[in-house]
Amino acid sequence: MTALTLTNVNKSFGDVHVLKDINIEVEDGEFVVFVGPSGCGKSTLLRVIAGLEDATSGEVHIGGTLVNTTPPSKRGIAMVFQSYALYPHLNVRKNMSLALKQERQSKAVIEERVAKASKMLDLEAYLDRYPSELSGGQRQRVAIGRAIVREPKLFLFDEPLSNLDAALRMNTRLEIANLHDTLAASMIYVTHDQTEAMTLADKIVVLRDGRVEQIGSPMELYNNPVNQFVAGFLGSPAMNFMPAGFVSEGDTRTLGVRPEDLRLQPDGDLSAAVQHVEHLGGDTNVVARVKGTQITARLFGQHSIHQGETVNFGFSPGRAFYFNADGLRI
Amino acid sequence: MNKARTNPFNTTAMHGALILYTLIALFPVFVILINSFKTRKAIFREPLALPDAESFSMIGYQTVMKQGDFFLYFQNSMIVTVATLFFVLLFGAMAAFALAEYRFKGNTLMGLYLALGIMIPIRIGTVAILEMMVAGGLVNTLWALILVYTAQGLPLAVFILSEFMRQVSDDLKNAARVDGLSEYAIFFQLVLPLVRPAMATVAVFNMIPIWNDLWFPLILAPAEETKTLTLGSQVFIGQFVTDWNAVLSALSMAILPVLILYVIFSRQLIRGLTSGAVK
Ligand SMILES: Nc1ncnc2c1ncn2[C@@H]1O[C@H](COP(=O)(O)OP(=O)(O)OP(=O)(O)O)[C@@H](O)[C@H]1O
Ligand SMILES: [Mg+2]
Repeated sequence: MTALTLTNVNKSFGDVHVLKDINIEVEDGEFVVFVGPSGCGKSTLLRVIAGLEDATSGEVHIGGTLVNTTPPSKRGIAMVFQSYALYPHLNVRKNMSLALKQERQSKAVIEERVAKASKMLDLEAYLDRYPSELSGGQRQRVAIGRAIVREPKLFLFDEPLSNLDAALRMNTRLEIANLHDTLAASMIYVTHDQTEAMTLADKIVVLRDGRVEQIGSPMELYNNPVNQFVAGFLGSPAMNFMPAGFVSEGDTRTLGVRPEDLRLQPDGDLSAAVQHVEHLGGDTNVVARVKGTQITARLFGQHSIHQGETVNFGFSPGRAFYFNADGLRI
Repeated sequence: MNKARTNPFNTTAMHGALILYTLIALFPVFVILINSFKTRKAIFREPLALPDAESFSMIGYQTVMKQGDFFLYFQNSMIVTVATLFFVLLFGAMAAFALAEYRFKGNTLMGLYLALGIMIPIRIGTVAILEMMVAGGLVNTLWALILVYTAQGLPLAVFILSEFMRQVSDDLKNAARVDGLSEYAIFFQLVLPLVRPAMATVAVFNMIPIWNDLWFPLILAPAEETKTLTLGSQVFIGQFVTDWNAVLSALSMAILPVLILYVIFSRQLIRGLTSGAVK
């Protein structure tokens, strides 16, 4: 069964057309990540799914039922907000149980579910604290706990980690991955961080300007991007783009090579002036200029390359991507 | 830590300035209080002297008490003020919530229209108001005063409260919607507690002019049983003789309830609740 089906969903705010003809399917138990640059409509799409905004046209089905006119609380979803959105005047326990009280669940059920969720998230010691007395990471866990207790069919996360520092972000990311395994629920996760997208997702939806660019598993998107935008968006450092004429005379297409596919090769086609070198220990990132185009190469191991040198890079033809003038892959 | 705040000289200077201001602000109240306990002669001979064994007198308070209806006036003022504050806060907050929260046609226009009332003094419309009250049979009732004061207080209340309600995070309200709270529950259980400091501000702003007003009680409700405290105290001020003992005593007693209300509201003012809600 499908957990969520979006059919030709459009959303406009007045004259501003924010979502354009969105078609997405989320299978039961799937972890789907929406990625895209800032302002592309990820949050808006999530709010349409949650029922916080009405779709201007199109259909939203959750668990097989049409929910276009169903209020958020009756859609069987739970949402975790970027800003946590904890109720400041309620303590952690009450924050987590409010939704259940609204559903008129019995006291025993409420207590049991809160206990289960707080155990899962290591929050037992903080149940009587107020949000202002918690650290950022703890607040984020409470926000996740508030979603878990409702036992929804579909979880919606809107950039839940963007306010956390790097170390905490990594931990919480693992926690969310574990949560997905434990609960076996469908999850939709919005982010503009492509590492989060690659590591968490069963399926990635790449959005740009309110349009779906490509849908697929992380490796599909990495290995087979349909266009230059997707190719450049996934992978870190980003894919290098240059006129294909650099390697074969007269070719008007755009050539794309991932930094990790470039290697040092004395007779390589790309003769580059080194501008900057990052020694990361395990890897060495070389930023260089080829005929005015900046490229990045990610070399395995440690290399003694210095600024101002000229080096030659090569790549195997099988690892090259070609795009036409419209950015489409050919 | 901010250096300016820890510098002992700055701290002293700041406290000195504040204490000086407090003294200046409290001085008239102090003079009223001490003179209300003095004989009439002592009030005029040495207005700034403290009451001593010779000049001490409760004559003012006795006159006020004997006047009989003083407690009724007191009660009237209290009813009018408290009821008005209740309505101003309730309706003001509701209108502010609608303006701040919902997108509908004419939202901005409605906001401007409501704010217009801040700039136009309600007393300009006194004659029309009086005619309306006469037609409605409300003259000489406390309702006349409550309605007029509510109308007078609403524009500023809506203006201030909608500004504060816009600052309540959208995510918070959306989280509540996902959790199944109705719009009413969101308003009463979530937004109102969060804008409590703003409500207290509005309450304090409204309370004092209403309590002290002489104009509308005199015009709309001058009957004996609906007189407010300020109007009631006027019996002691004559064209030729003024019973200063009684006036000062009445004023001293009139200060008390405002003081109590103020303390209640100012406790709300300083209680910052939003911290930790978001981010
Ligand atoms: N209420 C609104 N009225 C008009 N335009 C809006 C409204 N809400 C969002 N938009 C517009 O819709 C577009 C998408 O906004 P959205 O918040 O969905 O972006 P996003 O992809 O979540 O970006 P970010 O990664 O920065 O959170 C933006 O251009 C924004 O200006
Ligand atoms: Mg967003």
